[in-house]
Amino acid sequence: MGYQLSKTKADGIFHQWAKKYDIFAPMLMEGEGCFSDTDIVRYGKVEKLDDIEWNKKSDYSFKEVLLAINETLFYFTEDQTTVPKGPEKDILIFLRSCDLHAVKRLDEIYLKNGFEDFYYARVRERAKFILMGCENTCQSGFCVSMGTNKSDNYDAYIKVTEDAVYMDVKCSELNEGVCAEAMTTEEIKVADVAPDYVTENIEKVTLPKNLSNASFTKEIWQEYGARCIKCGRCNFVCPTCTCFTMQDIFYKDNEKVGERRRVWASCQIDGYTEMAGGHGFRKSQGDRMRFKVMHKIYDYEKRFGYPMCVGCGRCDDVCPEYISYSNCVNRLAKEESES
Amino acid sequence: MGLDINTKKLKKNAFRVSKKRGIGASRIRVPGGYLNAEVLGMVQEIAQTYGNGYVHLTTRQGFEIEGIRFEDMDEINEKLQPIIEMLDINQDEAGKGYPASGTRNISACIGNNVCPFANYNTAELAKRIEKEVFPHDLHFKIALTGCSNDCAKARMHDFGIIGQTMPQYDPSRCVNCQACVKGCKSLSVDALRVENYKIVRDTEKCIGCGVCVTKCPTRALTRSKKKYYKLTIMGRTGKRNPRLGEDFLVWADADNIIKIIKNTYAFVDKYISPDAPARKEHIGYIIDRVGFEEYKKWALEGVELMPETIMKNNIYWGGIHFDR
Repeated sequence: MGYQLSKTKADGIFHQWAKKYDIFAPMLMEGEGCFSDTDIVRYGKVEKLDDIEWNKKSDYSFKEVLLAINETLFYFTEDQTTVPKGPEKDILIFLRSCDLHAVKRLDEIYLKNGFEDFYYARVRERAKFILMGCENTCQSGFCVSMGTNKSDNYDAYIKVTEDAVYMDVKCSELNEGVCAEAMTTEEIKVADVAPDYVTENIEKVTLPKNLSNASFTKEIWQEYGARCIKCGRCNFVCPTCTCFTMQDIFYKDNEKVGERRRVWASCQIDGYTEMAGGHGFRKSQGDRMRFKVMHKIYDYEKRFGYPMCVGCGRCDDVCPEYISYSNCVNRLAKEESES
Repeated sequence: MGLDINTKKLKKNAFRVSKKRGIGASRIRVPGGYLNAEVLGMVQEIAQTYGNGYVHLTTRQGFEIEGIRFEDMDEINEKLQPIIEMLDINQDEAGKGYPASGTRNISACIGNNVCPFANYNTAELAKRIEKEVFPHDLHFKIALTGCSNDCAKARMHDFGIIGQTMPQYDPSRCVNCQACVKGCKSLSVDALRVENYKIVRDTEKCIGCGVCVTKCPTRALTRSKKKYYKLTIMGRTGKRNPRLGEDFLVWADADNIIKIIKNTYAFVDKYISPDAPARKEHIGYIIDRVGFEEYKKWALEGVELMPETIMKNNIYWGGIHFDR
């Protein structure tokens, strides 16, 4: 159902939703950037529409809402384990089209890849998604190339302009919030609302079509390997990176009790492939870059039938060494077309 | 008719007497070393019209226009006016040049306008301090630097201001990648360690350089909202006992630092040696003579430090002694 309404009215609806949902959206975190007097946009719990950063692409994705950076799987005592409670409220997540496509990738990995992950599933089943449109392309994204520029599987779409707020509410539960608010004071106009989406990006990416194990020896990996500082930022900002590691913590005051956590991991950081005895599968940074890039556009696709990367461009934005993943992919495609 | 010039007045007016008779130099102060490039054109014009076409970039980040004739000083002062205004220098009378030269230009590293390590906008604070302390005839040297790397050599000044940040740690965002630990070890003081996969900061050791924050890939480590500064005092170069300044305040705020600097003028005015040539004596020598306890009494007048600020109650300076 499409609506046109005033900002005040939209705030009222938001307020209705907030009773039932914890609402997460991109927020401008002042002064929390890497460098002094720089800001960052990342997900946080919002209380009102104005808390949301509508203009700038979030530096970190929505991923951390569904998949906590640190998640305690269970607490243990000497003879018992306790699984912590799941989310207390349902969850609403504001995100853009590329990220909504990333949800599909997360689901693929955590719900459909063999068995269902209990921890992911219990958050995921309580989550609904509100699409934020993209009137213009961002600088680094290449969603059009990846076919992620458009989404229709949202629960609601919201657009905020100077004079009015537009909504397309598909989910009946969310529509209840709209109706609850419509009962009071001013009218809410029914209107045709279709999400804004971009049809052309500045960055255009061509995927190589003939990657194989033979691609392991390409010189390009050595070059990127020599530039990469293995910080892992590209993985942490990526909405589709799903790797985690395990930590068993024994509390300092009583080492017989503790907890097991799972924590985000990065294939670029030392330790990722480390085995007992010190063996590691990908010790050189070039191998790690190769693994990451090929996983995004080759290995995942081989298994699930579509590429993992959604073209959000965050990895390019965040890399302190100015390594461009999108350019790397284009170079691979170019090498192919020239050979 | 011989040149009859009051050199004391000339020097106070920020001109210099050179080796060559009748020829001096014009000194331009640039607080924080930060200027609109338009000023460069003005300096060029003065140098080409009145000087020998050459300019020295001074060690304190000002300009010194060489080869000017003392007769031209009034005209040069007129020409300096737009520079003085553009750089917002306090002045008694427009068109008369700089009203003092004792308190030197306040120099600064490039700061967080550009540098990824800097913890604050050095030029902005330099300008703020300049407005508070200039003009003054007493010989004060103040420098600001963005972080503990101290590229500005702030520690060699009477007052050195070193930017700090108090790292804020959110363990729920930490993935134990240890980039901060490695960064602190290789680039700073090795103040971080891992306990139960989380970061523990040795608060005694941490110098607030901010390296850990720049290394963190998840924003588990961020900067404090408050800007902090280390105030180092009584560093100096010179013939008798050159030495590095020692920390007086750590985790201090700008307001109190400015108060202390201003209070120090009264202290120097009271205790400067009556024999000091041209009333120019490094403040450190005065403190060496009258004692740090007495200096503190003056410096801390009206100063209320924040609870987190650490003040050193006693300071013992070292350095090289050529005077013993």
